[in-house]
Amino acid sequence: MGIVSPGFFGRRRQGDPALPPGQYLTESFPVLSAGPTPRIAPEEWEFTITTETGQVHRWSWDEFLALKQDDVTQDIHCVTSWSKLGTSWRGVSLDTLFESVESDCEFTMAHSYGGYTTNVPLDDLLGGKAWIAHEFDGEALEPAHGGPARLLVPHLYFWKSAKWVRGLELLRQDEPGFWESNGYHMYGDPWREERYW
Amino acid sequence: MRTGWRVAEVIGVSQETRTARTLRLRLPGLTGHRAGQHVDVRLTAPDGYTAVRSYSVASALPGDELELTVEELDEGEVSPYLVHGVSVGDQLEVRGPVGGWFVWDPADPSPVQLIAGGSGVVPLMAMIRAHAAADPASPGATAEFRLLYSVRSPDAAYYGAELDELAGSDLLTVTYVYTREAPAGSPVPPGRLDARALSIAVLPVSANPAFFICGATAFVETVADWLVQAGYPADRIKTERYGGMGSTP
Repeated sequence: MGIVSPGFFGRRRQGDPALPPGQYLTESFPVLSAGPTPRIAPEEWEFTITTETGQVHRWSWDEFLALKQDDVTQDIHCVTSWSKLGTSWRGVSLDTLFESVESDCEFTMAHSYGGYTTNVPLDDLLGGKAWIAHEFDGEALEPAHGGPARLLVPHLYFWKSAKWVRGLELLRQDEPGFWESNGYHMYGDPWREERYW
Repeated sequence: MRTGWRVAEVIGVSQETRTARTLRLRLPGLTGHRAGQHVDVRLTAPDGYTAVRSYSVASALPGDELELTVEELDEGEVSPYLVHGVSVGDQLEVRGPVGGWFVWDPADPSPVQLIAGGSGVVPLMAMIRAHAAADPASPGATAEFRLLYSVRSPDAAYYGAELDELAGSDLLTVTYVYTREAPAGSPVPPGRLDARALSIAVLPVSANPAFFICGATAFVETVADWLVQAGYPADRIKTERYGGMGSTP
């Protein structure tokens, strides 16, 4: 046990087995971003997966919405210590998007409108673990929360769930993205408290 | 090492406003920090229950000391204890300082426009202090700094005397926007910042200023949108929101 603060009792919002260490529950949905919010019209939006050979797989907004849609309920954990349990999303599984993609790479870099990047191992995107989400709580995803669409990788800290996502680049070697170049962990497992490096 | 929990000693406390207090901490092994960074503070109850929150660093000190200014939140878990429960000589667990994005670099000669909403002034004050203390030979030391500070009322403003003093130099201009209550005799009635007042107060597009905006989410979102609409490049605007990286309740 660390340094005890006499007289500190706290609000006891921990203790839920769904809460990773050092996290507290919030009912609100805080916004986390580093600059102005990009405003992307669906007709301008596209999503791409680029392989190591330079092959580009591309979906327009309409093509993306025509893919199989998943409704998922997931807990999300922000590195700033809030967690939100049971959030509802609608989107396309990365398994669906990767069906026709051939690659030997183990790593990816997510790229967003506005220039944000974050690195995620390919294994963490496949196997029903990640989506490109475009609805939250039954409503179109608001720009402040990453709309028109964001990456959703709920088993990692939420900065990995890139807002305003526009593509994934397959990489042979792991490289740091934006926050990872600014002091945050390369992988970001909330259960191991991989916050900072 | 840098990111593990360390024990800090509280070596000074001072009331900033009725609801905010500045804590000065000594963190053995710390050798300075960058202006705009934050730390995590962990409190442990006698039965082992812990709570962690992030606080922006307010100071720009070279050694093993730093200052946090903590606003007491109505529904806060950690902030009421830091504002009322902590005394000089107490120990706190601290992680950091961390953050490499929302920081001012003395090597950058760009003019700087700071925009604060309420307690969002804290990391911006660290930048103002770092600027005032910068080595005169560093390119940023003579950069123009402006602070636009939106605050409820005069008695809710942090660092008043120090900002007045620093604004006496040629290198800092401070503009207050009082949202609820203006000072006695003020020619401007209280009211929220709007796009027009913003455009008058901030450095012009032609100066290509570096922006740092910190405050509640709605404030930061609105101000950043106005700046982009006014023609400032989005990649010159850095933001930090309560609840975002580095500045949570």
